[in-house]
Amino acid sequence: MQDIKTTVRSFVVDNFIMGNSAAALADGDSFMAGHVIDSTGFLELVGFLEDTFGITVADDEMVPENLDSLDNIAAYVKRKLPA
Amino acid sequence: MLLHQLFEHTARRTPHKLALVFEGRRCTYGELDRMASHLARALQSRGVRRGDRVTLFLDNTVEAVAGIFAALKCGAVMMPVNPLTRADKLAYLLNDSGASALLTQTELGGAYRDALARNTTVHTCFVASHGAATDRDARSLPFPDLDGSGIPDDPQAIDQDLAAIIYTSGSTGEPKGVMLTHLNMVSAATSVSTYLGIRSDDVILCALPLAFDYGLYQILMGFQHGATVVLERSFAFPVRVVETMSREGVTVFPGVPTMFSLLMNMTSLRERNLSALRAITNTAAALPEAHIRDLRALFPQAKLFSMYGLTECKRVTYLPPEQLDIRPTSVGRGMPNEEVWLVDDAGRRLPNGGQGELVIRGSNVMRGYWRKSDETLNKLRPGPIPGEMILYSGDIFRTDAEGYLYFVARKDDIIKSRGEKVSPREVENALYGMPEVLDAAVIGVPDPVLGEAVKAFVKLKPGASLSEREVIKYCMSKLESFMAPKHVVFVDDLPKTDTGKIRKTGLS
Repeated sequence: MQDIKTTVRSFVVDNFIMGNSAAALADGDSFMAGHVIDSTGFLELVGFLEDTFGITVADDEMVPENLDSLDNIAAYVKRKLPA
Repeated sequence: MLLHQLFEHTARRTPHKLALVFEGRRCTYGELDRMASHLARALQSRGVRRGDRVTLFLDNTVEAVAGIFAALKCGAVMMPVNPLTRADKLAYLLNDSGASALLTQTELGGAYRDALARNTTVHTCFVASHGAATDRDARSLPFPDLDGSGIPDDPQAIDQDLAAIIYTSGSTGEPKGVMLTHLNMVSAATSVSTYLGIRSDDVILCALPLAFDYGLYQILMGFQHGATVVLERSFAFPVRVVETMSREGVTVFPGVPTMFSLLMNMTSLRERNLSALRAITNTAAALPEAHIRDLRALFPQAKLFSMYGLTECKRVTYLPPEQLDIRPTSVGRGMPNEEVWLVDDAGRRLPNGGQGELVIRGSNVMRGYWRKSDETLNKLRPGPIPGEMILYSGDIFRTDAEGYLYFVARKDDIIKSRGEKVSPREVENALYGMPEVLDAAVIGVPDPVLGEAVKAFVKLKPGASLSEREVIKYCMSKLESFMAPKHVVFVDDLPKTDTGKIRKTGLS
């Protein structure tokens, strides 16, 4: 779980976060409300999750509950990965 | 008639009708009008007067909608700014417009605090807070509680006053403020809603930014006719938007090609009940013919409107839906109460079947660019009646034998990505801000989802090194995200003209 978060956090920080605000991103923060990731950015994020974790993100799974914070992503990816 | 009076008349006529749905919140016309009046009173108490500029730097929210009408009720000029805007550009916009007030929100603190620190014209900044506000700037105040009952003083405005300044990207790289009077905007809202047939029982879905005139007019036209507007923060989660459309019984769906392309990639779309949908509108960029076909197959009961517009006059043309089978690639003809035609290089009117620059004559044509008289003279030129001005679009079209218009090319080099205008110069200026960059050239390349993607060619200084990601990330810190390059190519040299300017023809 922590590994997923660390991996995704570094992707988000590398690609979307400017300057020194990276430290301020809490695991539960909404990317959308905080203007960290915009609509095209979410498509990039989904591509990254699929490539990195070998999962397929279905249309119906592209919802904030699965993608809009580090906590949500970690829980979602964990559910998708074989136990 | 003033622009906000369209809304106020509806609010008086049907105060209990549902005006706005946003994230579970439902506001009637009466409630929304009271919110706007109270906010207007608060702005006036802080010294905002007729003709002052009020900048709206907000996500799509109830506060943004109230802010639009509050600014107008004060007789002020509303200036919507895309919330993706970064600090440098926001500072430019506040300074260029000489804004008096700024309406914003805590989540945008990264941009507005820095911009405000470089601005002296703003005396009041109301910050909508969804968290703890930590502003040190004495001008920053909590957003007034919209439950109040303040009544603004009548500013004695007339329809020749400016209602809005909307900034648009220009080929010079410096954004230009399009000045629109109340008459301009009432005329545009009336013409567009006439051909779309907007009615009081319509439910309009707006997932477009309100800072984009296409989004803004969904509110203006919907409220003019007493319809309900379902406002979405964005189109980032299309599944959620479609769920909302289904739940609220949405009848009108305005979109841009990128949104339609995301929608049609959704395999579960067919399982949703969108049977109430009666009109789909597209503008900002042309829909590929295949998408037109797919959209009509998906929503056979809905009329599809292909349209073309410019911020300088809001909308120019629309294709009547019944013409779609006959001329699928046409953007149609001029809208009601507006005249458009093509001219040759000498400004002579061309007959049907010709090719030339499109010019526009109508009450919807802007008053000019804010404090940019040279650019204004270039765009607005004398029309047929002494004293009137007509708009030169800068776009080349051809007409068929019946006078229907087909887009050919832009006269400038502006890129259209995600339906937004991107000035290559603005992106190049940002690239030159990187100390490693020696030369840069930016072009648009075809992209299946974005329409055009921004591509940068960069020549580094000797010994310098940068990665594609570093360049993109730097641009995202300076520019709205849709302007940041999607592709960066490092080159040893860029082709130059005899005068030493970079030659872009041949780059791809």
